Amino acid sequence: MHISELLLFYIISYCMLNHLLYFLSFSSIPVVKAATVSGSDMANPLRSEVRQLYKNLLFLGREYPKGADYFSERLKSAFMKNKDVTDPKEIRKLVDRGEFVIKELEALYYLRKYRAMKKRYYEEELSTMLNIG
Amino acid sequence: MSRVLVGVKRVIDYAVKIRVKPDHSGVVTDGVKHSMNPFCEIAVEEAVKLKEKKLIKEVVAVSCGPTQVTETIRTALAMGCDRGIHVEVSGKDYEAMGPLQISKIFAALAKKEEASLIILGKQAIDDDCNQTGQMTAALLDWPQGTFASEVTIDGEKVKVVREIDGGLETIKISMPAVLTADLRLNTPRYATLPNIMKAKKKKIANMKPADLGVDMVSRVEVLRVDEPPTRLAGVKVETVDDLVAKLRANGTI
Repeated sequence: MHISELLLFYIISYCMLNHLLYFLSFSSIPVVKAATVSGSDMANPLRSEVRQLYKNLLFLGREYPKGADYFSERLKSAFMKNKDVTDPKEIRKLVDRGEFVIKELEALYYLRKYRAMKKRYYEEELSTMLNIG
Repeated sequence: MSRVLVGVKRVIDYAVKIRVKPDHSGVVTDGVKHSMNPFCEIAVEEAVKLKEKKLIKEVVAVSCGPTQVTETIRTALAMGCDRGIHVEVSGKDYEAMGPLQISKIFAALAKKEEASLIILGKQAIDDDCNQTGQMTAALLDWPQGTFASEVTIDGEKVKVVREIDGGLETIKISMPAVLTADLRLNTPRYATLPNIMKAKKKKIANMKPADLGVDMVSRVEVLRVDEPPTRLAGVKVETVDDLVAKLRANGTI
């Protein structure tokens, strides 16, 4: 547990809080326009996937440390930024990136909780606190 | 194959800043975010893991309290429990509810459901009692594996690695048994939206403590709740002489 905790800490440290959302907006998850009827068959299952992804991210955002509103604002703009993407391969790539962000958020929430519990209930040795020895 | 009872408690969320009521009778709970006790999450995760390894057949999530605790049971169901039991306790009984009443309820349920394992969190982050698991084991006369950081089922026995002050202790106890989960037992999964939707189909049975023959009378009365004393601000000094002078004035040297 100890090593994986360290790994997680290096990957997702507190300064990543902002970066996480920047990453999401930069990756520009697409929103398939409701008007796209002439599109290929691929668009339809992807549309429901994108919608489900948005709902899942919104649900996860309720616990975001900077506030649910902060999160949902940025989530919406991230999705709207690429509402015109039509290439199914592109959409798939971006949806996968969205799934990745979900995993990152879950890990962030877990790590916060774990570290809070550890701090409250377990005596930390000075050497561990100073990251030596 | 066996059935496992998992206790989940609805507590004020760990990240919320606690405020004491002006009349010092308790803490403010109205409108405050509540969630499942972190140690209970670890207990649920362990039970679900055992089920996924096909070592146990069914996981039943149990919670005691008013209607709101069904949210907590739903979260447990979303994490993988098969069904839930809501023991309804409200009003004065709920405010006075403590480990003794809960352990009596769990003892009665364990007999009723013919459970072979009860897994609980080691303590709740609101009352920090660390008593329910131990009391339940005593009432049932079952062995207990508390502060578990590793659980292995080996036939009719359970090998438990416990976190104790000196380090780790490994014990082997026979089933049926009570286990309480410590922080490093596992990494609880997040109850994602799709899982919560799927969990809506799972059943939550409703019952009252009287149905189990448990009296909820409390032997403990809370007299007063106070905040911990605020830390005094530190004083900055410019030179070493100032420091020495201040320490002398303080009577420290």
